[in-house]
Amino acid sequence: MTVENGPAGAHPSTAALSRADVVHVARLARLDLSEDELELFTGQLASVLDYAADVAALDLTGVRPTAHPLPVVNVLRDDVVAPSLERDIVLAMAPSVEDDRFSVPRIVGEEP
Amino acid sequence: MSTTLGDDWEMVIGLEVHCELLTATKLFCGCRNAFGDEPNTNVCPVCLGLPGSLPVLNTGAVERAMAIGTALGCEIRPSSFHRKNYFYPDQPKDYQISQYDEPINTGGRLELPDGSVVGITRAHLEEDTGKTLHVGEGGRIHAADHSLVDYNRAGVPLVEIVSEPEIRTAAQARAYVAELRAVLVATGASDGRMEEGSMRVDANVSVRPAGNEVMGTRCEIKNLNSLRSLTRAIEYEADRQVALLDAGGTIDQETRHWDEEAGRTSTMRSKEEANDYRYFPEPDLVPLAPGAEWIERVAAGIGPLPAERRLALAALFDGGPTPAQRDQILAVVDLGLDPLLRSATDAGVPATLALARTANEVATDTDAALRLERTSFATLLGLEANGTLSATQTKAVLAVLLERGGGDPGGIAAELGFESLSSGSLAATVADIVAAHPDEWARFVEGDKKMTGFFVGAVMKATGGNANGKAVTAELARLAAP
Repeated sequence: MTVENGPAGAHPSTAALSRADVVHVARLARLDLSEDELELFTGQLASVLDYAADVAALDLTGVRPTAHPLPVVNVLRDDVVAPSLERDIVLAMAPSVEDDRFSVPRIVGEEP
Repeated sequence: MSTTLGDDWEMVIGLEVHCELLTATKLFCGCRNAFGDEPNTNVCPVCLGLPGSLPVLNTGAVERAMAIGTALGCEIRPSSFHRKNYFYPDQPKDYQISQYDEPINTGGRLELPDGSVVGITRAHLEEDTGKTLHVGEGGRIHAADHSLVDYNRAGVPLVEIVSEPEIRTAAQARAYVAELRAVLVATGASDGRMEEGSMRVDANVSVRPAGNEVMGTRCEIKNLNSLRSLTRAIEYEADRQVALLDAGGTIDQETRHWDEEAGRTSTMRSKEEANDYRYFPEPDLVPLAPGAEWIERVAAGIGPLPAERRLALAALFDGGPTPAQRDQILAVVDLGLDPLLRSATDAGVPATLALARTANEVATDTDAALRLERTSFATLLGLEANGTLSATQTKAVLAVLLERGGGDPGGIAAELGFESLSSGSLAATVADIVAAHPDEWARFVEGDKKMTGFFVGAVMKATGGNANGKAVTAELARLAAP
């Protein structure tokens, strides 16, 4: 089974959730899972998807997809500058800083 | 037809243009949207993705996106936001808020100056990423040992404009981006500064045997930041694909990187490594649904678009502009210099002269040209048109005007030693006579034509007949201009 890349509504069929899917999702989230954890989470994720399957089993003919639980649109602010944070405070939160920038390990091949 | 492919192959090109919007603040927070500020000074809990912070959509960004949609003839629709998840430090949240299956603008078109039309699939809102700097080995990511990140740009509003795969040559791709840039600047949505990264282009390129309807396998070339890079990268990539196919090979669908120095593209990411973005609806933002009244108000605020402005300039030429003048008109409008040109023709300068000076001399320094006082430019060309200054002298004075941002052309001519013309003293003489005859001057300003003769006569008398009548008339008009 492939993990659907689409928006809500295109959820995967739970029956087919495989260990390989969990390995894939864990890699995307940069989680280093042990064999035991993979086993555990495959079962847990399957039960979450089973719950979603209960909803999918309903007859939803004529029900419009829900973009948001609140019946509200156009929540906006004016284009007016508000104060930013002090840089010293911001950089003090980072594990590593160089030249007033956040220093991070090199990451290859993931830029969008 | 491509200059490189010959007649056997055809390119199929689709472009994605990312345009930073000219707002005061970011898309979802009140941090300043500014280029070139000290690193990490325009950041707050929202754009740093700190826990508990919530995004609120910027009205100014929405209106600019609507202006772009209107200018491109799109349908402006109810839209929503998604999270695009990926593992890369240019977004501190680990996702980018973008529009996915419900973009604000869909289904437009852009007509290019050569008359060809390129369809617009969509133009959606999203936030920009921070700037990463790779440290070590010449800034190349594969050789870097770590990266430094500045989040000033993270959260800056972007509109991504996606074309249909209807572009057929590198030259047409270039013309599309140039025209789109002029449209974006005309709507006030963007400053169009490609060199500052305000516009960045990704190109989807494939090739197919000429006359074939089936699309070939495409490669996406990322981050082309100038028209020159765009043209070179597309031509290189098409040649690469044709060479591979001619040799019996196949094209792998992949994302490729353009190396400007080496002049070639290289694999950045294969299809197998393609990102799995796990889009899902952004729960912190409600849908956007602009009403008809708001859409109309934004549309009413858009100034004339480049195509219309080119037609207006062309109409100044009796019998129409020559092909060379057409190219000059295109360049002048692209650079936004047509109001300057119009200030000269409105003051009576012949269109041929105004276009030549604008396209040849003024356009060499666009920044200075956009600062140049229009009245100074118009007055100077008036002096050339009436024979007071030669073409060479005019160009010399124009160079000084551009450097200073304006000034009195006659005075500058005198400074430069063009003494025989005594434009400066002529201006002083006219001013003296005007001051001595306030009642006649008031009638002249009110449009009494007889007073022109009165003042020209008085100046002639004062200068012993040495003044140029046209120069005097031009000076009177300049003084009377509001």
